[in-house]
Amino acid sequence: MVITMFGRLTFLAAVLTCFLSISALAQQDAPVVVQPGAPGQPTKVLPSSTRATLPLVSKKDVEFMQGMIMHHAQAVEMVALMDSRTQNKELRLLGARISHSQSEEIGLMERWLTARGQPTTMKMSGMDMSDMDMPGMDMSKPMLMPGMLTAKQMEALRNAKGAEFDRLFLTGMIQHHGGALTMVKDLYQSPGAGQDAELFSFTTDIDSGQRAEIRIMQNMLAKNH
Amino acid sequence: MNRVLIFRVLASTLFLCSCFVAGVTAQNNPFAPQPAPPLPAGMKGSDATDPRAKLKPGMFDAGEASMGLKLLTTVGKPNPFQISNDPSDPKVDKGASIIAGDTSKIPPAMKLVLAGLAFANSDLAFQGNRLFQGNFYGMSIYDISDPTKAYPLTTIVCPGGQGDVSVYKNLMFMSVEMPNGRVDCSAEGFPIQTAPGLPAASKDRFRGVRIFDISDIKNPKQVGAVQTCRGSHTHTLVLDPKDKNNVYIYVSGTSFVRQDEELAGCSGGTPDKNPNTALFRIDVIKVPVNAPQTAKIVSSPRIFMDSRTNEIAGLTNGGTHGALDKQTPTDQCHDITVYSAIGLAAGACEGNGILLDIKDPANPKRVDAVNDPNYSYWHSASFSNDGKKVVFTDEWGGGLGARCRENDPNVWGADSIFHIENNKLKFASYYKMPAAQGDTENCVAHNGSLIPVPGRDIEVQAWYQGGISVMDFTDPNHVYEIAYFDRGPIDPKMLVLGGSWSAYWYNGHVYSSEIARGLDILELTPTKFLTQNEINAAKSVKVAELNVQNQQKFVWPKNKAVGLAYIDQIERSGTLSADEITKLRNAIEVKNSDRKQVANLVSMLETKAAQARNSKDAAKFDAIAQIISEPVH
Repeated sequence: MVITMFGRLTFLAAVLTCFLSISALAQQDAPVVVQPGAPGQPTKVLPSSTRATLPLVSKKDVEFMQGMIMHHAQAVEMVALMDSRTQNKELRLLGARISHSQSEEIGLMERWLTARGQPTTMKMSGMDMSDMDMPGMDMSKPMLMPGMLTAKQMEALRNAKGAEFDRLFLTGMIQHHGGALTMVKDLYQSPGAGQDAELFSFTTDIDSGQRAEIRIMQNMLAKNH
Repeated sequence: MNRVLIFRVLASTLFLCSCFVAGVTAQNNPFAPQPAPPLPAGMKGSDATDPRAKLKPGMFDAGEASMGLKLLTTVGKPNPFQISNDPSDPKVDKGASIIAGDTSKIPPAMKLVLAGLAFANSDLAFQGNRLFQGNFYGMSIYDISDPTKAYPLTTIVCPGGQGDVSVYKNLMFMSVEMPNGRVDCSAEGFPIQTAPGLPAASKDRFRGVRIFDISDIKNPKQVGAVQTCRGSHTHTLVLDPKDKNNVYIYVSGTSFVRQDEELAGCSGGTPDKNPNTALFRIDVIKVPVNAPQTAKIVSSPRIFMDSRTNEIAGLTNGGTHGALDKQTPTDQCHDITVYSAIGLAAGACEGNGILLDIKDPANPKRVDAVNDPNYSYWHSASFSNDGKKVVFTDEWGGGLGARCRENDPNVWGADSIFHIENNKLKFASYYKMPAAQGDTENCVAHNGSLIPVPGRDIEVQAWYQGGISVMDFTDPNHVYEIAYFDRGPIDPKMLVLGGSWSAYWYNGHVYSSEIARGLDILELTPTKFLTQNEINAAKSVKVAELNVQNQQKFVWPKNKAVGLAYIDQIERSGTLSADEITKLRNAIEVKNSDRKQVANLVSMLETKAAQARNSKDAAKFDAIAQIISEPVH
């Protein structure tokens, strides 16, 4: 009797221990989820089932990405002209880096847009131009994003060789990069833009990376004079 | 249980994603990576024959390759940093519908990869048995008493990116930079406004440094929140050796300047037009340890100023090309590593690497600046323990791109090692993780820390999906890899952001913050490049707290492990005969060794020290002599 009783107790104890260790394990696996309040305010406990909410994306974000694809594509096109037109080693290396960077970034922007169900090219007809400051824009010609070289500038670059090509390339690319900085600046002047982490990080990187490249190009330009 | 479930759901999600991508491959698949342009003439790319070059892809079942590093465990991301498991969850649609209108256009599985960086894990900090892992959506705190059984304690929901973290006693600091950050940590962001014009200024927005009281680890409280004009991309904890009542935070902001209507006194532009511009400076926050709620900005040093001309935008790399020149001088730092023991800080500042004198912590002064034509973006820095070298990193492509491919040059997106001589930086060489990575692996130099192997300068470093690489930079002109760990790409067909954000050594283990997969915990294993004795010696250095950008000087105990590590290094260098090495080992191993024999060995070591090639070798002989004479076991 005593033994049976003891046996039962042991069994119960074992069950209890088992239960406790399972709940201890469960506790280990599931951290407490909290959301602090503003400074001085209490912290809320959230259910462990809490899931992240997707960031908001604005129309400006989408247009920025579409526009920047076009913008980057021209930089790649400019670098492609180097091959037969300049032997300047330093410049060719810089061009190669711009091309490596920007062609890869075009991929990033296309992925970003497609994952959000957006076309990778900008539709002129569907665009809201009301808040764009583009006086006298000729709608019959392909649209240029800020800083992009005009058809005439591209033609001059195509026809140049040697030192003249180097100069046109550098001044052109400085203008081109400057336009990217303008585009980033414009984006952050837009209500609600830039809340998406990937877009935010990408634009911040464009801003600092191209700023640094402009500085390198300015120095090259100064040296070659 | 939980983990298994999460794993299953994620695995099926990825399967669905892959199917979707496979489905669109036939058409013009925008996810298919473009091959890298050809390698520029005269440049060397990454090694495509390395075992890391072609590993099996997968989120949780990727192929692995390692040398000298062993993965002990991976702790998955906590639930709140995962998007809803159910693609048909209205929450998923809520985000997508803002832009797409008709969310049915987006394949359900694809909605889950929308997240990208939004819930990414970021930097790490440590205190006692606790690990703090930043996230773009908040923070995770883990118990690491037993690193092989690390488990999450607290998940803090508090979005705003990128969640750079530091800890000091009962205080935890967190960087916020994105426009969706809110003072009260809520997650809804700010409404998208369709009307043109400036964004509505909001007092609810938070961009700056949050301060939490973590006395109760399960109930952290926000006690302070210091707003800054550009937000805080990273921050650095700075301790004043002369003042125990206050700590300082250097704030590096890299993003846009917000409007005055939102935070009084904020304005941008170039200093010639606006001398009060919030660009061209860092912000210094002073935090009274006992009254963190009163923390505030006490100075905004113009560290880019030209000291001769007092021009605020003084860092133009010496270019003199008229007006153009003034267009883009360096106006920000990305990250600053302070080394109070030597009174210096190394700043990785956009187009420049700089050296700051920080003897007066609230008023850092630039003492040198360098640039490098191969550098795209100066990202972070770490000093050697003796403070005579510094390793800078170049985050070419911002970490979002594949930049370690066979055709990407090995001097782009690499580390650069500089000598520090009389407060001047002098370039020595580059180091880039040598293995070629795929087109779908974001990869570039990122955060690392020193491993305290006595007698050598060793750094463990994160390379995003390039994995973890441990390198020896004792000789800055001959930097080489001594250990690594890498996984295959998350996805073979499209670049899904992931990989190691930070890989740091803390009290005996390597902790790696995996952007997408969670937290990896690893240990060093002996190889021909690093012996067990050297690993043991590194493990004998213990710290109470680790904030990597607030670099602390390692001091090695004079113990057996350290002595054996030095003997191994001397053996490797071939300075002593095999017989002499054996005698030294015996003398260290045996507690009560013969006094006369010890005296002979000490005398031999003294002679060798006097003949040593350099002071570092001499110090090793001296240290062994000391350990043999007065063994501490």
